[in-house]
Amino acid sequence: MTPADAVAGVMVIALVIYALTAGADFGGGILDVVARGERSREQREAIERAIAPIWEANHVWLILVLVLLFVAFPAAFADISTWMFVPILLLVIGIVLRGAAFTFRTYDLHTDAVQRRWGRIFSASSVLAPVMLGVIVGALARGDAAPADRGWFAWVAPFPVVTGAFAASLFTFLAAVYLTVETEGPLREDFRRRALGAGAAVFALAVATAALSARQAPLVFRGLTGRWFSAPLQGATALAAITALGALQGRWFRLARLAAAAQVSLIVLGWAASQYPWIVVPEHTIASAASPRRTLLLLLGAVGLGMLFLAPALWVLLRVFKGRNAPPADGAAAGPTILG
Amino acid sequence: MTNLQYARWLMGTSLAFHILFAAVGVALPLLMIAAEWRHLRTGRPEFLELTRRWAKGAAILFAVGAVSGTVISFELGLLWPAFMRFAGPIIGMPFSLEGFAFFAEAIFLGNYLHGWGRISPRAHLAAGGIVAAAGATSAFFITLANAWMNHPAGFDLVLGRATNVDPIAAMFPDGWGPEVVHVLLSSYAATGFAVAGIHALGMLRDRESAFHRAALGIALVVGGGAALLQPISGDFSARNAARNQPVKLAAMEAHFHTQRGAPLLLGGIPDVEAGVTRHAVEVPRGLSLLAFHDPQAEVRGLLAFPRATWPDPLRVHLAFQVMVGLGSAMALVAAVGAASFLRRRRLPDARWFLRAVALAGPAGFVALEAGWMVTEWGRQPFTVWGVMRTAESVTPVPGLAVPFWGFLALYLLLGAVTATLLVRQIVHAPRPSGPGAGR
Ligand code: HDD
Ligand code: HEM
Ligand code: HEM
Repeated sequence: MTPADAVAGVMVIALVIYALTAGADFGGGILDVVARGERSREQREAIERAIAPIWEANHVWLILVLVLLFVAFPAAFADISTWMFVPILLLVIGIVLRGAAFTFRTYDLHTDAVQRRWGRIFSASSVLAPVMLGVIVGALARGDAAPADRGWFAWVAPFPVVTGAFAASLFTFLAAVYLTVETEGPLREDFRRRALGAGAAVFALAVATAALSARQAPLVFRGLTGRWFSAPLQGATALAAITALGALQGRWFRLARLAAAAQVSLIVLGWAASQYPWIVVPEHTIASAASPRRTLLLLLGAVGLGMLFLAPALWVLLRVFKGRNAPPADGAAAGPTILG
Repeated sequence: MTNLQYARWLMGTSLAFHILFAAVGVALPLLMIAAEWRHLRTGRPEFLELTRRWAKGAAILFAVGAVSGTVISFELGLLWPAFMRFAGPIIGMPFSLEGFAFFAEAIFLGNYLHGWGRISPRAHLAAGGIVAAAGATSAFFITLANAWMNHPAGFDLVLGRATNVDPIAAMFPDGWGPEVVHVLLSSYAATGFAVAGIHALGMLRDRESAFHRAALGIALVVGGGAALLQPISGDFSARNAARNQPVKLAAMEAHFHTQRGAPLLLGGIPDVEAGVTRHAVEVPRGLSLLAFHDPQAEVRGLLAFPRATWPDPLRVHLAFQVMVGLGSAMALVAAVGAASFLRRRRLPDARWFLRAVALAGPAGFVALEAGWMVTEWGRQPFTVWGVMRTAESVTPVPGLAVPFWGFLALYLLLGAVTATLLVRQIVHAPRPSGPGAGR
């Protein structure tokens, strides 16, 4: 394994974690859109409590991927930024509005009209960002991402659009499953139903993605089907998906969470493995876009050192906040509960 | 405007917006933990109230800081792909280390803001301390990247390509020290003065409010201390520019003709076509003295450099005057406050002093923005000084007017909402009957 491969590996791991954490935060925003019925307020509050303490930390994984990309594979970064200009711009707008609206909603007046206004922006941007993320991934995999002269909308094609919808459905599913573990009673049943619904959408869109990839992203399709790891990987993903749905049916929520996380991780890993060694099909491979060796080795050193510090810190954060989703014991805490 | 101009305006607007929140992100946690520490020590309720209010402000400001910083990270590629292709491998170290500072900051901010009652008071204070340190660390690293753009190092240029890349040497280019110190101090000075200004206004309305007194004390120590150091640090910055970017120094000072014993020009309008600066007040030998600490030193003027390497002296000179003028005024206010405190051993609270502090409240942020304009406009026409021109680094994507106006509108909206929420959350003092009543 070359240092460039190692950095690419770190990027994939960071992307997996980003999907598992920030992906679920976006999914929470999408669940906010579909919160209905007599408990819609409780649903929204549970989502808010789940996201509030951790979304900024979760979001940093994307920054890390971005930084690794431009330090280790600057040519790929430059071309992706140029070719994917519009989807990246929309992704950024989604990220900005999501974070801002979420925070503003917490600290603005708690009257219905004000809350609904921020809620709508929060939800809409929570849909926009993951769809654009999926679009970018789909367009990079498709193999004709280089629209130098085809203007602003060259990325619009069936395959990226479907991968965008797939990403959004996957994150929604993940969020709903997480929330079944963090809530109780009727609220938990609500999220269970949402999870099952989102799970069905994930399934349909996965089939559509695979079918389209045969014609629209041939290199990736070959990677998905024709390598030694293809069958076991597909099998494991399917197994995780079935386990997650089955566990939801049987109300084994912790198992469902584990299986759903495994499913999402395997999907990201599967995409990465099937695209290897390409970063941008068919323009840049890991080797062709890589920075000088000294840069890569130092970068790996920095990441290693950073992780040494980061891992325990993250563990503390999750320990403090992911035990159970309930209002904090001290009612005077800074947070939505006391502001009016 | 051309596409290049839109790209520059978009980048400049985004950075100018982000830096407001970034400076607060560096300094506000320090104020917060100072208040919390005082509460733990003295048990006085106004310090707890203060900590909570500032923490709410921090929650809002950090969220906007995080999202606006994300915009910039992407914009580096969206707007300047050629620059990133060239610079990425060379200045990767500060950017990647900064990423981990962001992690530390976001993680412990989560613990801090949402951890009241969930973690022990000491652990809570420690979390705040880590946030404060991480904020300063991220400013440290990003400023190293900027120092490299001002004075590129750590590579050899062969036929327009960087070879022999040494990221460690690139991380500490000549002049990194003065710039890092000046930027960090500017965050404490600007935030400290802004906070002090708000609470000075509060005290002008209600002089006995223990809440405002507590706040003013902490903010004046942090902001005033930094403001006193800033002119000294600025002197290092200026001498650094004189050594490493003489054409930038000439533009800052609106100095056209190379000369021994060069005068310092206060105010004045540089006329590029005629090569003179009009309407300025001259301090004989002042420039030579300041730039080289030698009244007879020769200072090269703009005309000593090819016209194609000049920044726009009008903008750079005016921005520089604004920064130095406001910086001097802030240092004066801080010195008066410190003298009064040393004499009377209590918070200076004369009405005229409070008025001066309130008036100086916005000065720090204006100086900080002006200072960045000096640095960034003064680096033009280069993105990487002497190596890559801004026109070479810009993206080929057309139609940048659309994102420029879009983001401008977005920033105005975010700024307005943030300001409204802050006023509601922190500015209004607690009722006099509340916990802050007794002193
Ligand atoms: C609170 C903010 C603040 C205050 C009061 C001052 N500055 Fe400043 N200055 C900055 C905030 C700043 C800054 C925004 O942080 C800059 C931009 C980049 C940098 O290194 O610091 C800056 C840049 C900057 C530069 C350009 C460095 C370069 O581009 O190479 C010089 C020469 C000075 N400053 C000098 C001064 C002097 C002589 C001051 C005397 C009062 C002063 N500054 C006060
Ligand atoms: C090219 C310039 C810059 C880039 C790419 C950049 C990028 C970013 C990003 C991505 C974040 C969000 C981190 C998170 O998610 O928590 C951020 C926050 C921050 N940045 Fe910047 N930044 C830039 C300039 C600056 C400058 C000049 C300073 C300091 C003087 C600074 C200091 C900070 C600080 C302290 C924070 C955290 C505080 C907060 O969230 O408000 N940044 N920046
Ligand atoms: C946060 C404080 C900063 C402010 C307010 C600021 C302001 C500006 C402005 C006004 C421009 C446009 C220059 C022009 O068109 O004349 C610019 C350009 C730029 N800045 Fe900064 N800047 C800051 C910090 C930084 C830092 C820390 C970095 C690097 C890591 C950076 C990287 C760039 C780049 C790449 C450009 C575009 C290329 C160029 O115009 O040279 N800036 N900035």
